[in-house]
Amino acid sequence: MFAEFLQYLFSGLTSGAIYALAGLGFAIIYNSSHVINFAQGEFIMIGGMATATLVAAGMPLPLAAALAVVATMAVGVALEKFAVEPARNADVTAIIIITIGASIFLRGAAQVLWDKEFHSLPAFSGDTPLKVAGATLMPQSLWVVGVAVLVIAALWWFFNRTMFGKAMLATSYNPLAARLMGIPVKTVLMVAFALSALLGAVGGIVMTPITFTNYEAGIMLGLKGFSAAVLGGLGSGAGAIVGGLLVGVAEALASGYLSSAYKDAIAFIIILFVLFFMPSGLFGKKGTERV
Amino acid sequence: MRCLAKWGAASVAVLGAALFFGSAQAAETVKIGAFLSVTGPASFLGEPEKKTLEMYVDRLNKDGGIGGRKVELVVYDDAGTPDKAATFAKRLIQNDGVDILIGGTTTGTSMAAIKVAEPASVPFVSLAGGIDIVDPVKKWVFKTPHTDRMAAEKVFADMKKRGITKIALVSEDAGFGKSGHDQSLKVAPAYGIEIVADEVYSPKDPDVTAQLTKAKNAPGVQAIFNFGFGQGPAIVTKNYKQLGITVPLWQSHGVGSKEYVRLAGDAAEGVRLPASGLVVAEQLPAADPQKPVVTAFKKEYEAAFKSEVSTFAGHAYDGLQMAAAAILRAGSTDKAKVRDELEKTSGYVGTGGLVSMSATDHMGLSPSAFHMVEIRKGDWVLSD
Repeated sequence: MFAEFLQYLFSGLTSGAIYALAGLGFAIIYNSSHVINFAQGEFIMIGGMATATLVAAGMPLPLAAALAVVATMAVGVALEKFAVEPARNADVTAIIIITIGASIFLRGAAQVLWDKEFHSLPAFSGDTPLKVAGATLMPQSLWVVGVAVLVIAALWWFFNRTMFGKAMLATSYNPLAARLMGIPVKTVLMVAFALSALLGAVGGIVMTPITFTNYEAGIMLGLKGFSAAVLGGLGSGAGAIVGGLLVGVAEALASGYLSSAYKDAIAFIIILFVLFFMPSGLFGKKGTERV
Repeated sequence: MRCLAKWGAASVAVLGAALFFGSAQAAETVKIGAFLSVTGPASFLGEPEKKTLEMYVDRLNKDGGIGGRKVELVVYDDAGTPDKAATFAKRLIQNDGVDILIGGTTTGTSMAAIKVAEPASVPFVSLAGGIDIVDPVKKWVFKTPHTDRMAAEKVFADMKKRGITKIALVSEDAGFGKSGHDQSLKVAPAYGIEIVADEVYSPKDPDVTAQLTKAKNAPGVQAIFNFGFGQGPAIVTKNYKQLGITVPLWQSHGVGSKEYVRLAGDAAEGVRLPASGLVVAEQLPAADPQKPVVTAFKKEYEAAFKSEVSTFAGHAYDGLQMAAAAILRAGSTDKAKVRDELEKTSGYVGTGGLVSMSATDHMGLSPSAFHMVEIRKGDWVLSD
């Protein structure tokens, strides 16, 4: 009985950590520009695809991962430079729509550059499941959880303890005042895209051994990640993690104890319920600070 | 003004000439219209289909066409959406004036095109698996691939042979998996098989251990049957290994590509599935009538495109060959005659199996079209 419960929990943890990692990327760009970057899922896809291709070509995993991260960051910077920056005077909604367009473009480009097949990576610490009280967990799931925790710690440090991070937060509150104080607003936005591309790529690399990846893997990850980010409170790193784990565990428990046919519905009911009582999410700031 | 009149007369003459030559040529060529899901979610089916049609239409023309008439292929990409498929089918019939339709990569796009092809009385050879396409029989509609019902029957027959009566069905809750799930429930009782756990997952779920745990703990379960497509079955297989489940695992024909074996890795060892002759071309016994056809097609496809041949490419090949043969037998592109000849297709040996159609069967594949295959050391092993 307990073993079953634990297995459902582990299943939820695996999916949840993946949703959380996908959700984290939304936080950074939102924090510096109030834009929701719908091409975030594509960053995850590019990270995973590039690493899988390089590893298949015989490159050692750490080198392939590093190159893939750099490539994804270059894509992120290019996206900001050529698609978002020319429209920086447009309102936030217009920029969000631009990112949707960019995501479709990136999917198309990936389809041409790579192929339509699924790619995978070997698990970092082998395929032997860990046994805990009758339930099993793959070591790769721990990698995903570990990386998510590491990333949130690094983000917290960056936004609260470094000058540049604080400058990014300042830009998000009031771009004009930030510029008057000598903050290079253009650079801030570019760094935000580079950072969230980095985050996406890292997420894509650690989750590929579990979920596999192909040119359209970003759609689902983007959607689930976005749900996780909204549930936790947009712009909050801790919120994205809690939100992701909540969605994952709810899905797994629902399919375990109720019916797997309704697991998605149950996850969405929880999200709606939370947002009904806490419109800015579990960890969101109250929406009154933008005067 | 005079100048203008001159121009007018000249352009009318040119237009007339163009129309004249145009229609003269149309009478000469055989026009085949195809709408395929070359992009979009079903692109890994549609793309090999398009490549195959183009390659073999070229070859037909090099060999002198159909009965001395050149073949012209018009291909549109419906991106997997039924609306677009219906629009393109209409365009192929009304604007391009095609003699026959081949296409409909997915059951959804095929069903949408049927609504156009039937009233227009144009023969239509679908390349999709769903049984609804030919059941009930529609006058102008045929199809080449196996149905999911045949796959389920093959698997259940195999289980019965091994004395298995209680199974857990784990299937994808959309498209291919959903249709397979429904057909499995329908035919299971005929093989004395009871489905003791019926679990589903979404096509992109990263983890299905919760569903498999329930399947594993179902009372009396003797086997697990997974109906799905894409990365889902590979994740199911990996999770099955992770949980250390000891009852055997069957997959559907949806995983009949080396991609599945590559993704699932060691976990796929011992998995059994129904597969078409094309998948196990080299291993078919020499006496098998399909052997020369599938080995030749596999070799030609892989030499031309440098990628593993897929069963979908085979469906397009079969569709084109049967259409060409029917037009040749009809001796014209008269649509009613071509339709009648398609229905009389008999003893055609294709990549999908032996095809003999009739007025009540517009697919014509016998159950022997599927072979039972077991995965051993990362390769298919024929195990009928």
